[in-house]
Amino acid sequence: MNAASSPIIDRRTVIDWLGIVPFMIFALMFLIVPTLYLVVGAFFTPDGHLTFENIAGLFTPTILSAYWISIKVSLASSLGGALIGFFLAWAVVLGGLPSWIRSSLLTFSGVASNFAGVPLAFAFIATLGRTGLVTVFLREWFGFNLYSTGFNLLSFFGLTITYMFFQIPLMVLILTPALDGLKKEWREASEILGASTWQYWRMVALPILWPSLLGTSLLLFANAFGAIATAYALTGSSLNIVPILLYAQIRGDVLHNPNLGYALALGMIVITGLSNILYIWLRMRAERWQK
Amino acid sequence: MKPAKILAWVAIAVGIIYFFVPLLGTFEFSLRMRRGEYSFDAYESVFSDAAFRATFGYSMLMALFTIIFGMLLVVPTAYWVRLRLPQMRPVVEFLTLMPLVIPAIVVVFGYLRLYNSSSYIPFTGSIMGTNILLVMSYITLALPYMYRSVDTAMRTIDVRTLTEAAEILGAKWPTIMFRCIFPNVMSGVLSGAFITFAIVMGEFTMAALLNRPAFGPYLQLVGANKAYEPSALAVIAFAITWLSMGLIQLVTRFSKLAPSRA
Repeated sequence: MNAASSPIIDRRTVIDWLGIVPFMIFALMFLIVPTLYLVVGAFFTPDGHLTFENIAGLFTPTILSAYWISIKVSLASSLGGALIGFFLAWAVVLGGLPSWIRSSLLTFSGVASNFAGVPLAFAFIATLGRTGLVTVFLREWFGFNLYSTGFNLLSFFGLTITYMFFQIPLMVLILTPALDGLKKEWREASEILGASTWQYWRMVALPILWPSLLGTSLLLFANAFGAIATAYALTGSSLNIVPILLYAQIRGDVLHNPNLGYALALGMIVITGLSNILYIWLRMRAERWQK
Repeated sequence: MKPAKILAWVAIAVGIIYFFVPLLGTFEFSLRMRRGEYSFDAYESVFSDAAFRATFGYSMLMALFTIIFGMLLVVPTAYWVRLRLPQMRPVVEFLTLMPLVIPAIVVVFGYLRLYNSSSYIPFTGSIMGTNILLVMSYITLALPYMYRSVDTAMRTIDVRTLTEAAEILGAKWPTIMFRCIFPNVMSGVLSGAFITFAIVMGEFTMAALLNRPAFGPYLQLVGANKAYEPSALAVIAFAITWLSMGLIQLVTRFSKLAPSRA
Protein backbone atom coordinates (compact mmCIF):
# COMPACT_ATOMS: atom_id res chain seq x y z
CA MET A 1 0.00 0.00 0.00
CA ASN A 2 1.81 3.16 -1.08
CA ALA A 3 1.07 6.78 -0.49
CA ALA A 4 -0.18 7.37 -4.04
CA SER A 5 -2.98 4.80 -3.91
CA SER A 6 -4.20 5.77 -0.45
CA PRO A 7 -4.00 9.49 0.31
CA ILE A 8 -4.93 8.90 3.95
CA ILE A 9 -2.38 7.16 6.14
CA ASP A 10 -3.16 3.55 6.94
CA ARG A 11 -5.89 3.50 9.58
CA ARG A 12 -4.25 0.76 11.53
CA THR A 13 -1.01 2.70 11.80
CA VAL A 14 -2.91 5.65 13.22
CA ILE A 15 -4.56 3.43 15.82
CA ASP A 16 -1.20 1.89 16.65
CA TRP A 17 0.29 5.28 17.40
CA LEU A 18 -2.81 6.47 19.26
CA GLY A 19 -2.18 3.70 21.78
CA ILE A 20 0.78 5.39 23.36
CA VAL A 21 -0.59 8.93 23.14
CA PRO A 22 -1.75 8.96 26.81
CA PHE A 23 1.69 7.93 27.98
CA MET A 24 3.42 10.45 25.75
CA ILE A 25 1.15 13.25 26.92
CA PHE A 26 1.86 12.28 30.52
CA ALA A 27 5.62 12.16 29.95
CA LEU A 28 5.56 15.52 28.17
CA MET A 29 3.41 17.27 30.75
CA PHE A 30 4.95 15.95 33.93
CA LEU A 31 8.51 15.14 33.03
CA ILE A 32 9.87 16.66 29.86
CA VAL A 33 8.28 20.08 29.55
CA PRO A 34 8.80 21.04 33.25
CA THR A 35 12.46 20.05 32.97
CA LEU A 36 12.96 21.82 29.65
CA TYR A 37 11.28 24.91 31.04
CA LEU A 38 14.02 25.16 33.68
CA VAL A 39 16.80 24.30 31.25
CA VAL A 40 15.68 26.99 28.81
CA GLY A 41 14.98 29.45 31.63
CA ALA A 42 18.58 29.11 32.77
CA PHE A 43 19.64 30.94 29.60
CA PHE A 44 17.28 33.92 29.93
CA THR A 45 16.98 36.99 32.12
CA PRO A 46 13.72 37.44 34.09
CA ASP A 47 12.47 39.84 31.39
CA GLY A 48 13.15 37.41 28.58
CA HIS A 49 16.54 38.27 27.09
CA LEU A 50 19.06 35.62 26.14
CA THR A 51 21.97 35.57 28.57
CA PHE A 52 24.78 33.49 30.00
CA GLU A 53 24.79 35.53 33.21
CA ASN A 54 22.94 32.80 35.12
CA ILE A 55 25.41 30.12 34.15
CA ALA A 56 28.25 32.47 35.06
CA GLY A 57 26.41 33.14 38.33
CA LEU A 58 26.92 29.50 39.28
CA PHE A 59 30.63 30.17 39.53
CA THR A 60 30.36 32.29 42.65
CA PRO A 61 31.89 31.10 45.95
CA THR A 62 28.59 30.19 47.71
CA ILE A 63 27.19 28.15 44.85
CA LEU A 64 30.49 26.56 43.93
CA SER A 65 31.04 25.48 47.52
CA ALA A 66 27.52 23.99 47.58
CA TYR A 67 28.29 21.96 44.45
CA TRP A 68 31.63 21.00 45.90
CA ILE A 69 30.16 19.69 49.20
CA SER A 70 27.43 17.86 47.27
CA ILE A 71 29.97 16.23 45.00
CA LYS A 72 32.18 15.28 47.95
CA VAL A 73 29.29 13.73 49.91
CA SER A 74 27.98 11.88 46.86
CA LEU A 75 31.43 10.67 45.89
CA ALA A 76 32.38 9.53 49.39
CA SER A 77 29.07 7.78 50.02
CA SER A 78 29.07 6.11 46.60
CA LEU A 79 32.67 4.90 46.87
CA GLY A 80 32.18 3.76 50.46
CA GLY A 81 28.89 2.15 49.52
CA ALA A 82 30.49 0.48 46.52
CA LEU A 83 33.39 -0.90 48.53
CA ILE A 84 31.37 -2.30 51.42
CA GLY A 85 28.59 -3.41 49.07
CA PHE A 86 31.13 -5.24 46.94
CA PHE A 87 32.55 -7.11 49.94
CA LEU A 88 29.09 -8.05 51.17
CA ALA A 89 28.03 -9.30 47.74
CA TRP A 90 31.32 -11.14 47.36
CA ALA A 91 30.89 -12.73 50.81
CA VAL A 92 27.47 -14.18 50.02
CA VAL A 93 28.21 -15.24 46.44
CA LEU A 94 31.79 -16.55 46.65
CA GLY A 95 32.61 -16.60 50.36
CA GLY A 96 31.16 -20.05 50.98
CA LEU A 97 28.62 -18.83 53.54
CA PRO A 98 25.37 -20.70 54.31
CA SER A 99 22.73 -19.90 51.71
CA TRP A 100 20.26 -18.46 54.21
CA ILE A 101 22.67 -15.57 54.76
CA ARG A 102 22.49 -14.75 51.08
CA SER A 103 18.71 -14.69 50.94
CA SER A 104 18.47 -12.69 54.19
CA LEU A 105 21.01 -10.16 52.93
CA LEU A 106 19.17 -9.72 49.62
CA THR A 107 15.79 -9.33 51.34
CA PHE A 108 17.23 -6.87 53.83
CA SER A 109 18.92 -4.93 51.02
CA GLY A 110 15.59 -4.61 49.25
CA VAL A 111 14.15 -2.99 52.36
CA ALA A 112 17.15 -0.85 53.33
CA SER A 113 17.66 0.54 49.82
CA ASN A 114 14.12 1.91 50.05
CA PHE A 115 14.49 3.16 53.60
CA ALA A 116 15.61 6.69 52.91
CA GLY A 117 14.32 10.17 53.38
CA VAL A 118 13.29 11.72 56.67
CA PRO A 119 13.04 8.53 58.81
CA LEU A 120 16.62 7.57 57.91
CA ALA A 121 17.82 10.87 59.35
CA PHE A 122 15.88 10.14 62.56
CA ALA A 123 17.50 6.72 62.82
CA PHE A 124 20.98 8.19 62.67
CA ILE A 125 20.19 11.00 65.07
CA ALA A 126 18.98 8.37 67.54
CA THR A 127 22.19 6.41 67.05
CA LEU A 128 25.02 8.88 66.52
CA GLY A 129 23.42 12.14 67.65
CA ARG A 130 24.52 13.82 70.87
CA THR A 131 22.30 11.57 73.01
CA GLY A 132 22.23 8.66 70.58
CA LEU A 133 22.76 5.03 71.53
CA VAL A 134 26.33 4.71 70.29
CA THR A 135 27.40 8.12 71.59
CA VAL A 136 26.04 7.37 75.08
CA PHE A 137 27.42 3.83 75.03
CA LEU A 138 30.93 5.01 74.19
CA ARG A 139 30.78 7.71 76.83
CA GLU A 140 29.45 5.58 79.67
CA TRP A 141 31.40 2.39 79.05
CA PHE A 142 34.67 3.63 77.65
CA GLY A 143 34.67 7.22 78.83
CA PHE A 144 35.11 8.19 75.20
CA ASN A 145 33.40 11.36 74.06
CA LEU A 146 32.71 11.00 70.35
CA TYR A 147 31.83 14.66 69.96
CA SER A 148 35.10 15.84 71.51
CA THR A 149 36.94 14.31 68.56
CA GLY A 150 35.34 16.84 66.27
CA PHE A 151 32.79 14.33 64.99
CA ASN A 152 29.46 15.83 64.16
CA LEU A 153 26.53 14.01 62.61
CA LEU A 154 25.41 17.25 60.98
CA SER A 155 28.47 17.46 58.79
CA PHE A 156 30.05 16.08 55.66
CA PHE A 157 31.16 12.92 57.45
CA GLY A 158 27.82 12.39 59.22
CA LEU A 159 25.86 12.82 56.01
CA THR A 160 28.16 10.40 54.18
CA ILE A 161 27.77 7.70 56.82
CA THR A 162 23.98 8.18 56.75
CA TYR A 163 23.74 8.03 52.95
CA MET A 164 25.67 4.76 52.95
CA PHE A 165 22.68 3.13 54.64
CA PHE A 166 20.84 3.12 51.29
CA GLN A 167 23.94 3.09 49.07
CA ILE A 168 25.41 -0.20 50.31
CA PRO A 169 22.19 -2.23 49.81
CA LEU A 170 21.76 -0.80 46.31
CA MET A 171 25.28 -1.92 45.44
CA VAL A 172 24.59 -5.39 46.88
CA LEU A 173 21.40 -5.73 44.84
CA ILE A 174 23.05 -4.74 41.54
CA LEU A 175 26.36 -6.49 42.07
CA THR A 176 25.14 -9.90 43.27
CA PRO A 177 23.96 -10.94 39.78
CA ALA A 178 27.25 -9.67 38.30
CA LEU A 179 29.24 -11.82 40.72
CA ASP A 180 26.95 -14.77 39.97
CA GLY A 181 27.99 -14.28 36.35
CA LEU A 182 31.64 -15.05 37.09
CA LYS A 183 31.97 -18.52 35.64
CA LYS A 184 33.61 -21.27 37.68
CA GLU A 185 35.51 -22.34 34.55
CA TRP A 186 37.44 -19.06 34.45
CA ARG A 187 38.71 -19.60 37.96
CA GLU A 188 39.56 -23.24 37.27
CA ALA A 189 41.31 -22.35 34.04
CA SER A 190 43.44 -19.72 35.74
CA GLU A 191 44.29 -22.10 38.57
CA ILE A 192 45.38 -24.78 36.13
CA LEU A 193 47.56 -22.20 34.43
CA GLY A 194 49.18 -21.58 37.80
CA ALA A 195 47.62 -18.24 38.76
CA SER A 196 47.36 -17.25 42.42
CA THR A 197 44.08 -15.97 43.88
CA TRP A 198 45.44 -12.43 43.66
CA GLN A 199 46.40 -12.89 40.01
CA TYR A 200 42.98 -14.35 39.24
CA TRP A 201 41.24 -11.31 40.73
CA ARG A 202 43.60 -8.78 39.22
CA MET A 203 43.75 -10.25 35.72
CA VAL A 204 40.44 -12.06 35.23
CA ALA A 205 37.68 -11.19 37.68
CA LEU A 206 38.19 -7.47 38.19
CA PRO A 207 38.61 -6.63 34.48
CA ILE A 208 35.26 -8.36 33.91
CA LEU A 209 33.62 -6.73 36.93
CA TRP A 210 34.93 -3.21 36.65
CA PRO A 211 32.23 -1.90 34.29
CA SER A 212 29.57 -3.13 36.75
CA LEU A 213 31.49 -1.78 39.72
CA LEU A 214 32.21 1.61 38.25
CA GLY A 215 28.80 1.86 36.59
CA THR A 216 26.97 1.10 39.82
CA SER A 217 29.15 3.59 41.69
CA LEU A 218 28.04 6.25 39.19
CA LEU A 219 24.43 5.28 39.78
CA LEU A 220 24.97 5.60 43.53
CA PHE A 221 26.62 8.97 42.94
CA ALA A 222 23.60 10.31 41.06
CA ASN A 223 21.34 8.80 43.68
CA ALA A 224 23.07 10.67 46.49
CA PHE A 225 23.45 13.88 44.50
CA GLY A 226 19.71 14.36 44.00
CA ALA A 227 18.67 13.30 47.51
CA ILE A 228 17.34 16.01 49.75
CA ALA A 229 14.93 14.71 52.39
CA THR A 230 17.54 12.94 54.53
CA ALA A 231 19.94 15.87 54.44
CA TYR A 232 17.21 18.39 55.18
CA ALA A 233 15.85 16.43 58.14
CA LEU A 234 19.36 15.78 59.44
CA THR A 235 20.91 19.21 59.13
CA GLY A 236 18.05 21.60 58.50
CA SER A 237 19.67 24.16 56.27
CA SER A 238 22.99 24.25 58.10
CA LEU A 239 24.82 22.12 55.55
CA ASN A 240 25.12 23.96 52.27
CA ILE A 241 24.52 21.25 49.64
CA VAL A 242 22.96 21.90 46.22
CA PRO A 243 19.55 20.24 46.76
CA ILE A 244 19.10 22.16 50.03
CA LEU A 245 20.16 25.41 48.38
CA LEU A 246 17.69 24.75 45.55
CA TYR A 247 14.99 23.95 48.12
CA ALA A 248 15.61 27.27 49.85
CA GLN A 249 15.64 29.02 46.48
CA ILE A 250 12.26 27.53 45.50
CA ARG A 251 10.75 28.44 48.85
CA GLY A 252 12.05 31.97 49.10
CA ASP A 253 14.30 33.05 46.24
CA VAL A 254 17.37 33.23 48.50
CA LEU A 255 19.56 33.90 45.48
CA HIS A 256 17.45 36.95 44.56
CA ASN A 257 17.26 35.89 40.94
CA PRO A 258 14.69 33.28 39.88
CA ASN A 259 16.63 32.44 36.73
CA LEU A 260 19.76 31.71 38.73
CA GLY A 261 17.61 29.04 40.41
CA TYR A 262 16.96 27.53 36.97
CA ALA A 263 20.70 27.46 36.35
CA LEU A 264 21.18 25.70 39.69
CA ALA A 265 18.66 23.06 38.60
CA LEU A 266 20.39 22.78 35.20
CA GLY A 267 23.68 22.13 36.96
CA MET A 268 22.07 19.28 38.90
CA ILE A 269 20.58 17.75 35.74
CA VAL A 270 23.94 17.97 33.96
CA ILE A 271 25.75 16.18 36.80
CA THR A 272 23.17 13.42 37.38
CA GLY A 273 22.64 13.11 33.62
CA LEU A 274 26.32 12.65 32.88
CA SER A 275 26.78 10.03 35.57
CA ASN A 276 23.72 8.15 34.28
CA ILE A 277 24.89 8.24 30.67
CA LEU A 278 28.24 6.82 31.77
CA TYR A 279 26.41 4.23 33.86
CA ILE A 280 24.33 3.05 30.89
CA TRP A 281 27.41 2.87 28.68
CA LEU A 282 29.34 0.87 31.28
CA ARG A 283 26.37 -1.40 31.85
CA MET A 284 26.22 -2.27 28.19
CA ARG A 285 29.88 -3.22 28.41
CA ALA A 286 29.26 -5.25 31.56
CA GLU A 287 26.40 -7.19 30.00
CA ARG A 288 28.66 -8.69 27.38
CA TRP A 289 29.97 -11.01 30.06
CA GLN A 290 26.67 -11.83 31.68
CA LYS A 291 25.18 -13.94 28.92
CA MET B 1 38.83 -22.38 57.92
CA LYS B 2 40.05 -20.88 54.66
CA PRO B 3 41.10 -17.21 54.75
CA ALA B 4 38.40 -16.37 52.17
CA LYS B 5 35.73 -17.74 54.45
CA ILE B 6 37.03 -15.75 57.42
CA LEU B 7 37.04 -12.60 55.31
CA ALA B 8 33.48 -13.36 54.23
CA TRP B 9 32.35 -13.64 57.83
CA VAL B 10 34.15 -10.40 58.67
CA ALA B 11 32.33 -8.63 55.81
CA ILE B 12 28.98 -9.95 57.05
CA ALA B 13 29.79 -8.93 60.62
CA VAL B 14 30.66 -5.38 59.53
CA GLY B 15 27.42 -5.27 57.54
CA ILE B 16 25.36 -6.49 60.46
CA ILE B 17 26.91 -3.93 62.82
CA TYR B 18 26.45 -1.07 60.37
CA PHE B 19 22.84 -1.93 59.57
CA PHE B 20 21.55 -3.16 62.89
CA VAL B 21 23.05 -0.64 65.27
CA PRO B 22 21.08 2.30 63.80
CA LEU B 23 17.87 0.25 63.85
CA LEU B 24 18.53 -0.83 67.42
CA GLY B 25 19.51 2.71 68.35
CA THR B 26 16.29 4.08 66.89
CA PHE B 27 14.16 1.53 68.68
CA GLU B 28 15.96 2.05 71.99
CA PHE B 29 15.65 5.82 71.67
CA SER B 30 11.94 5.56 70.94
CA LEU B 31 11.43 3.78 74.27
CA ARG B 32 13.27 6.39 76.35
CA MET B 33 10.51 8.99 76.67
CA ARG B 34 9.65 8.16 80.30
CA ARG B 35 12.55 9.03 82.56
CA GLY B 36 14.46 6.08 84.03
CA GLU B 37 12.52 3.25 82.39
CA TYR B 38 11.56 1.98 78.95
CA SER B 39 8.00 2.63 77.82
CA PHE B 40 5.93 2.97 74.69
CA ASP B 41 4.97 6.53 75.60
CA ALA B 42 6.49 7.95 72.41
CA TYR B 43 4.30 5.65 70.31
CA GLU B 44 1.24 6.58 72.34
CA SER B 45 2.05 10.23 71.82
CA VAL B 46 2.44 9.67 68.07
CA PHE B 47 -0.76 7.69 67.65
CA SER B 48 -2.80 10.14 69.69
CA ASP B 49 -1.61 13.07 67.57
CA ALA B 50 -4.43 14.16 65.29
CA ALA B 51 -1.94 15.48 62.74
CA PHE B 52 -0.35 12.02 62.54
CA ARG B 53 -3.65 10.41 61.67
CA ALA B 54 -4.60 13.15 59.22
CA THR B 55 -1.30 13.16 57.32
CA PHE B 56 -0.97 9.39 57.37
CA GLY B 57 -4.48 9.04 55.97
CA TYR B 58 -3.81 11.72 53.37
CA SER B 59 -0.65 9.97 52.16
CA MET B 60 -2.43 6.60 52.08
CA LEU B 61 -5.12 8.14 49.89
CA MET B 62 -2.54 9.73 47.61
CA ALA B 63 -0.69 6.40 47.38
CA LEU B 64 -3.93 4.68 46.41
CA PHE B 65 -4.65 7.19 43.64
CA THR B 66 -1.06 6.99 42.47
CA ILE B 67 -1.28 3.22 42.19
CA ILE B 68 -4.66 3.22 40.42
CA PHE B 69 -3.89 5.93 37.88
CA GLY B 70 -0.29 4.90 37.49
CA MET B 71 -1.27 1.34 36.64
CA LEU B 72 -4.05 2.52 34.29
CA LEU B 73 -1.32 4.41 32.45
CA VAL B 74 1.51 1.89 32.65
CA VAL B 75 -0.21 -1.45 31.95
CA PRO B 76 -1.95 -0.46 28.68
CA THR B 77 1.21 1.33 27.51
CA ALA B 78 3.47 -1.65 28.23
CA TYR B 79 0.91 -3.92 26.56
CA TRP B 80 0.56 -1.74 23.51
CA VAL B 81 4.30 -1.32 23.08
CA ARG B 82 4.79 -5.07 23.21
CA LEU B 83 1.91 -5.81 20.84
CA ARG B 84 1.92 -3.07 18.25
CA LEU B 85 4.86 -0.71 18.65
CA PRO B 86 7.97 -2.72 19.43
CA GLN B 87 9.97 -0.07 17.60
CA MET B 88 8.97 2.45 20.30
CA ARG B 89 10.19 0.24 23.12
CA PRO B 90 13.57 1.92 23.62
CA VAL B 91 11.94 5.36 23.66
CA VAL B 92 9.29 4.38 26.20
CA GLU B 93 11.81 2.57 28.37
CA PHE B 94 14.11 5.56 28.25
CA LEU B 95 11.29 7.87 29.33
CA THR B 96 10.31 5.60 32.21
CA LEU B 97 13.89 5.73 33.48
CA MET B 98 14.14 9.51 33.30
CA PRO B 99 12.77 10.09 36.83
CA LEU B 100 15.87 8.29 38.13
CA VAL B 101 18.04 10.77 36.26
CA ILE B 102 16.25 14.05 36.94
CA PRO B 103 16.18 14.76 40.68
CA ALA B 104 12.67 15.04 42.16
CA ILE B 105 13.37 18.53 43.39
CA VAL B 106 14.08 19.68 39.83
CA VAL B 107 10.88 18.12 38.51
CA VAL B 108 8.73 19.77 41.16
CA PHE B 109 10.51 23.10 40.59
CA GLY B 110 9.44 22.81 36.97
CA TYR B 111 5.84 22.11 38.00
CA LEU B 112 5.76 25.16 40.26
CA ARG B 113 6.93 27.42 37.46
CA LEU B 114 4.84 25.82 34.71
CA TYR B 115 1.55 25.17 36.50
CA ASN B 116 1.29 28.15 38.87
CA SER B 117 -1.96 30.00 39.31
CA SER B 118 -1.21 32.53 36.56
CA SER B 119 -0.33 29.95 33.89
CA TYR B 120 -2.46 28.31 31.18
CA ILE B 121 -2.91 25.15 33.24
CA PRO B 122 -3.14 26.45 36.82
CA PHE B 123 -2.86 23.17 38.74
CA THR B 124 -1.57 24.89 41.85
CA GLY B 125 -4.35 27.46 41.76
CA SER B 126 -6.73 25.21 43.71
CA ILE B 127 -6.41 22.54 46.38
CA MET B 128 -7.96 19.93 44.13
CA GLY B 129 -5.59 20.86 41.31
CA THR B 130 -2.59 20.67 43.62
CA ASN B 131 -3.70 17.24 44.82
CA ILE B 132 -3.92 16.08 41.21
CA LEU B 133 -0.49 17.52 40.52
CA LEU B 134 0.88 15.72 43.59
CA VAL B 135 -0.54 12.39 42.38
CA MET B 136 0.99 13.03 38.96
CA SER B 137 4.35 13.80 40.56
CA TYR B 138 4.14 10.54 42.52
CA ILE B 139 3.32 8.61 39.34
CA THR B 140 6.40 10.19 37.80
CA LEU B 141 8.55 9.14 40.77
CA ALA B 142 7.20 5.60 40.75
CA LEU B 143 7.24 5.23 36.96
CA PRO B 144 10.61 3.41 36.72
CA TYR B 145 9.53 0.82 39.29
CA MET B 146 5.96 0.37 38.04
CA TYR B 147 6.96 0.05 34.41
CA ARG B 148 9.77 -2.38 35.10
CA SER B 149 7.68 -4.71 37.29
CA VAL B 150 4.74 -4.72 34.86
CA ASP B 151 6.97 -5.22 31.84
CA THR B 152 8.79 -8.10 33.54
CA ALA B 153 5.46 -9.79 34.30
CA MET B 154 4.34 -9.23 30.71
CA ARG B 155 7.44 -10.92 29.38
CA THR B 156 6.29 -14.24 30.86
CA ILE B 157 2.93 -14.24 29.07
CA ASP B 158 2.34 -14.40 25.36
CA VAL B 159 0.59 -11.09 24.82
CA ARG B 160 -0.05 -11.65 21.11
CA THR B 161 -1.64 -15.10 21.43
CA LEU B 162 -3.74 -13.98 24.40
CA THR B 163 -5.01 -10.99 22.46
CA GLU B 164 -5.77 -12.99 19.32
CA ALA B 165 -7.56 -15.69 21.32
CA ALA B 166 -9.67 -13.05 23.05
CA GLU B 167 -10.43 -11.33 19.74
CA ILE B 168 -11.52 -14.61 18.12
CA LEU B 169 -13.86 -15.18 21.05
CA GLY B 170 -15.38 -11.79 20.28
CA ALA B 171 -13.92 -9.74 23.13
CA LYS B 172 -13.81 -5.96 22.79
CA TRP B 173 -10.70 -4.15 23.95
CA PRO B 174 -11.90 -3.21 27.48
CA THR B 175 -12.58 -6.92 28.03
CA ILE B 176 -9.15 -7.86 26.68
CA MET B 177 -7.48 -5.25 28.87
CA PHE B 178 -9.26 -5.82 32.16
CA ARG B 179 -10.20 -9.50 32.03
CA CYS B 180 -7.26 -10.84 30.09
CA ILE B 181 -4.13 -8.70 30.40
CA PHE B 182 -4.53 -7.21 33.90
CA PRO B 183 -5.19 -10.54 35.67
CA ASN B 184 -2.25 -12.14 33.91
CA VAL B 185 0.23 -9.47 34.95
CA MET B 186 -1.26 -9.17 38.45
CA SER B 187 2.00 -10.19 40.13
CA GLY B 188 3.80 -7.32 38.39
CA VAL B 189 0.97 -4.90 39.13
CA LEU B 190 1.02 -5.81 42.82
CA SER B 191 4.82 -5.66 43.12
CA GLY B 192 4.77 -2.25 41.48
CA ALA B 193 1.91 -1.18 43.72
CA PHE B 194 3.70 -2.10 46.94
CA ILE B 195 6.92 -0.36 46.02
CA THR B 196 4.91 2.69 44.97
CA PHE B 197 3.19 2.59 48.34
CA ALA B 198 6.54 2.53 50.15
CA ILE B 199 7.84 5.44 48.05
CA VAL B 200 4.75 7.63 48.42
CA MET B 201 4.35 7.13 52.18
CA GLY B 202 7.76 8.54 53.00
CA GLU B 203 8.06 11.08 50.19
CA PHE B 204 9.04 14.55 51.35
CA THR B 205 10.20 16.83 48.53
CA MET B 206 7.12 16.90 46.29
CA ALA B 207 4.60 17.24 49.11
CA ALA B 208 6.62 19.87 50.97
CA LEU B 209 7.13 22.07 47.92
CA LEU B 210 3.54 21.67 46.75
CA ASN B 211 2.44 22.51 50.31
CA ARG B 212 0.25 19.48 50.84
CA PRO B 213 -0.29 17.97 54.31
CA ALA B 214 1.37 14.62 53.59
CA PHE B 215 3.16 12.24 55.93
CA GLY B 216 6.69 13.15 54.77
CA PRO B 217 6.51 16.86 55.65
CA TYR B 218 4.79 15.90 58.92
CA LEU B 219 7.75 13.65 59.78
CA GLN B 220 10.12 16.52 59.09
CA LEU B 221 8.09 18.87 61.27
CA VAL B 222 8.03 16.43 64.19
CA GLY B 223 11.75 15.86 63.75
CA ALA B 224 12.43 19.57 64.08
CA ASN B 225 10.28 20.02 67.19
CA LYS B 226 10.23 16.86 69.30
CA ALA B 227 12.74 14.53 70.90
CA TYR B 228 11.45 10.97 71.14
CA GLU B 229 8.56 10.90 68.70
CA PRO B 230 10.83 11.01 65.61
CA SER B 231 12.41 7.69 66.60
CA ALA B 232 9.01 6.11 67.08
CA LEU B 233 8.01 7.44 63.65
CA ALA B 234 11.21 6.08 62.10
CA VAL B 235 10.40 2.65 63.53
CA ILE B 236 6.89 2.91 62.07
CA ALA B 237 8.27 4.02 58.69
CA PHE B 238 10.74 1.16 58.67
CA ALA B 239 7.93 -1.27 59.44
CA ILE B 240 5.94 0.12 56.49
CA THR B 241 8.91 -0.33 54.13
CA TRP B 242 9.51 -3.82 55.47
CA LEU B 243 5.84 -4.71 55.04
CA SER B 244 5.79 -3.46 51.44
CA MET B 245 8.93 -5.38 50.51
CA GLY B 246 7.67 -8.50 52.29
CA LEU B 247 4.43 -8.35 50.32
CA ILE B 248 6.40 -8.04 47.07
CA GLN B 249 8.36 -11.19 47.92
CA LEU B 250 5.14 -12.97 48.81
CA VAL B 251 3.52 -11.98 45.52
CA THR B 252 6.54 -13.02 43.45
CA ARG B 253 6.81 -16.35 45.23
CA PHE B 254 3.07 -16.97 44.89
CA SER B 255 3.05 -16.19 41.19
CA LYS B 256 5.95 -18.58 40.63
CA LEU B 257 4.16 -21.40 42.45
CA ALA B 258 0.81 -20.85 40.76
CA PRO B 259 0.30 -22.82 37.55
CA SER B 260 0.42 -20.47 34.58
CA ARG B 261 -2.99 -19.54 33.38
CA ALA B 262 -3.36 -18.63 29.74
